[in-house]
Amino acid sequence: MSLGLAFVAILAVALAAAWLGYARARRLRASSGSRLHSLPVYHGAHAALWAAIPALLLIAAWAPMQSRLVDQTVLSSPEGKALPAFEMQRESILSEAREIAHGDREAGFNPESTTLAPRIRAAEQRYALFGGLIAIAVALATAAFAVRRSNPQFRARTGVERWVMGLLFAASLIAILTTLGILLSLMFESLRFFRLYPVQSFLFGLEWSPQTALRADQAGSSGAFGSVPLMWGTFFIGAIIAMVVAVPLGLMSAIYLTQYAHARVRAWLKPILEILAGIPTVVYGYFAALTVAPAVRDFGLAIGVSSASSESALAAGSVMGVMIIPFVSSMSDDSIAAVPQAMRDGSLAMGATKSETIRKVLLPAALPGVMGGILLAVSRAIGETMIVVMAAGLAANLTANPFASVTTVTTQIVQLLTGDQEFDSAKTLAAFALGLALFLITLLLNLIALHIVRKYQEQYE
Amino acid sequence: MDMKEKMPITPTTPVTPSAAIPAAAHREAPSFADDAEPDMTDSAPRIDVSHQPNIEEASVPDLDTGRDPKMRADEVSVFYGEKQALKDVSIKIYDDLVTAFIGPSGCGKSTFLRCLNRMNDTIPTARVTGRIALDDEDITSSSMDVVQLRARVGMVFQKPNPFPKSIFENVAYGPRIHGLATNKVELQEIVEKSLRRAGLWEEVKDRLQESGTALSGGQQQRLCIARAIAVDPEVILMDEPCSALDPIATAKIEELIHELRGRYAIAIVTHNMQQAARVSQRTAFFHLGELVEYGKTSEIFTNPRMQRTTDYITGRYG
Repeated sequence: MSLGLAFVAILAVALAAAWLGYARARRLRASSGSRLHSLPVYHGAHAALWAAIPALLLIAAWAPMQSRLVDQTVLSSPEGKALPAFEMQRESILSEAREIAHGDREAGFNPESTTLAPRIRAAEQRYALFGGLIAIAVALATAAFAVRRSNPQFRARTGVERWVMGLLFAASLIAILTTLGILLSLMFESLRFFRLYPVQSFLFGLEWSPQTALRADQAGSSGAFGSVPLMWGTFFIGAIIAMVVAVPLGLMSAIYLTQYAHARVRAWLKPILEILAGIPTVVYGYFAALTVAPAVRDFGLAIGVSSASSESALAAGSVMGVMIIPFVSSMSDDSIAAVPQAMRDGSLAMGATKSETIRKVLLPAALPGVMGGILLAVSRAIGETMIVVMAAGLAANLTANPFASVTTVTTQIVQLLTGDQEFDSAKTLAAFALGLALFLITLLLNLIALHIVRKYQEQYE
Repeated sequence: MDMKEKMPITPTTPVTPSAAIPAAAHREAPSFADDAEPDMTDSAPRIDVSHQPNIEEASVPDLDTGRDPKMRADEVSVFYGEKQALKDVSIKIYDDLVTAFIGPSGCGKSTFLRCLNRMNDTIPTARVTGRIALDDEDITSSSMDVVQLRARVGMVFQKPNPFPKSIFENVAYGPRIHGLATNKVELQEIVEKSLRRAGLWEEVKDRLQESGTALSGGQQQRLCIARAIAVDPEVILMDEPCSALDPIATAKIEELIHELRGRYAIAIVTHNMQQAARVSQRTAFFHLGELVEYGKTSEIFTNPRMQRTTDYITGRYG
């Protein structure tokens, strides 16, 4: 009996408990003649929740425990004791044996794994049966407890409400815990990196050249991990070039849409603008690499920039800017719409024209919200990967020339982690340090932006 | 918004500059205590107008003859989409007088007020017919520049709506956009003069750079009045200027209206009949989009001609 089967059984018990609770409550209402505190439906739901949740939690807790118990049993068996003592060797044999036991593979590379497989299968079956039966027993017990508790005064509704609140809380907790988990995993790998490479050199080093030597006598492998050129490239593409494109265009389109456009025009234009936000970033990547980049290079050469690269910062940044336009536009749209009509009327009644009203009253009033929107857009742009991987270069240049090639944090992470990697080299671990840095920067930007936006919203409430 | 159907009305009187009537003699603060206890035994209108500053009856022109009105509306109707909000309203508004528009909610009084500086243009579905003249110039025609119109006809709104700028910048806003000051000193003079006239100068002179939104509600409303008079308008429209204010702030605004009466033609929409009685010399009663009765305030409140007016001011509905 597998835990999956136990899961189904628990659901069946819960269903039965729901029916029993419901039927019992109806009988109670009929026999007592008085009104119940809670509707029969709540009695049913209450019994079902009591039957399902504790048992399911038990299964969730049992599953990881089970694999450890299985390993223990197998290793203490004669076949297990015969395994080599070296940790990695033993682990690989064990994982092979597991695959054979689950039928994922016919025979192992190591002969020991084949003999271990039946042991593993037997242990797993035993423990799963044990765990499953306990869980079902718990389900039955809690269901019986819940069903028997119902009487006319029983407050099933409040009980259900409490369970629902608990579920909602758990749901929100999962997102938070995941964020925390991501942060922790990044931090541990980064710490390993910083053990190999000093933090200050990583943060302030001006040279990025992640080729580490495999042999001591290998040439051209400096192994420099100074992140400044990458940070600059990221900032240059995502926060400067992209914003130079996205902010004016997004803001102006928001002004047009909210202030000038006829309702019918708006009904057409706004969805079309939002389609931009729905284009997969990899498609933007093609567009940047195949269409915009050559055009930018030719333009650069035409105006006499001899160093114009076909992987220019300008190409990647401007396409990224276009991608961000809907984002900036909709944030600005919201901020402008949040400025009270009274403000606009006040200005118009003074004899101000529409554009004076927009420039002198609406925009200054909406500015904090717009700023918050721009910061959120920046944090999106610097975390954006596909466009820069496809269109930006790999050379870590520290240059402000938009026609030159620069590289970004995300591009380098992709470079460091694609292909076969050894997870104990500084080169691979550097990716995690970069990821951590990027995560912290975007987190900070988001916090600032949300703070600004919230403060601004309070202003008119 | 263009006027689709213009009423073929010719100016009835030649354009003459309106004679300014000195009003300084009547700057008597109204007494509010009188209003607290209306005579309950009287079944007739209970609004007390006895404390009205005595405008010599001779100096008040008759409603239809005498001097030229500052603004006149002829057969003005307003439609919001299909719905008619205002039906054939004709009215004259005089210099140096406060004209109050009263009536129950939704009767069209604010709609009419907003016609006088074409603020209804900002509502896409609104359509105005009829003729409205300012000094015999048709303001409803498409050739009328609303920017200039609104510089001449200022407006104060129901809820104080100072811009989220400094007090100084709030008042300087109008003079700046209309180019009324050529240098900083002139601008400062205009701001000070406007704030003085709005009775706010003493309270804010030391903190002109603070945000206008940080003032109290009543101060904000006086700031909005200062903002309106900074462009030296000829007419000031007030759309229930006290409805968001407490009684003390309301008293200050009413006092201010008395003081401003000598310089501007003032039209005020109010829900508060005591207020209409206190501040105005002319009262127009609107009901269901129609102008039911228009006349001297004292007459409207003591001796209304129409049954509907009587019912409203005695509190039978509204």
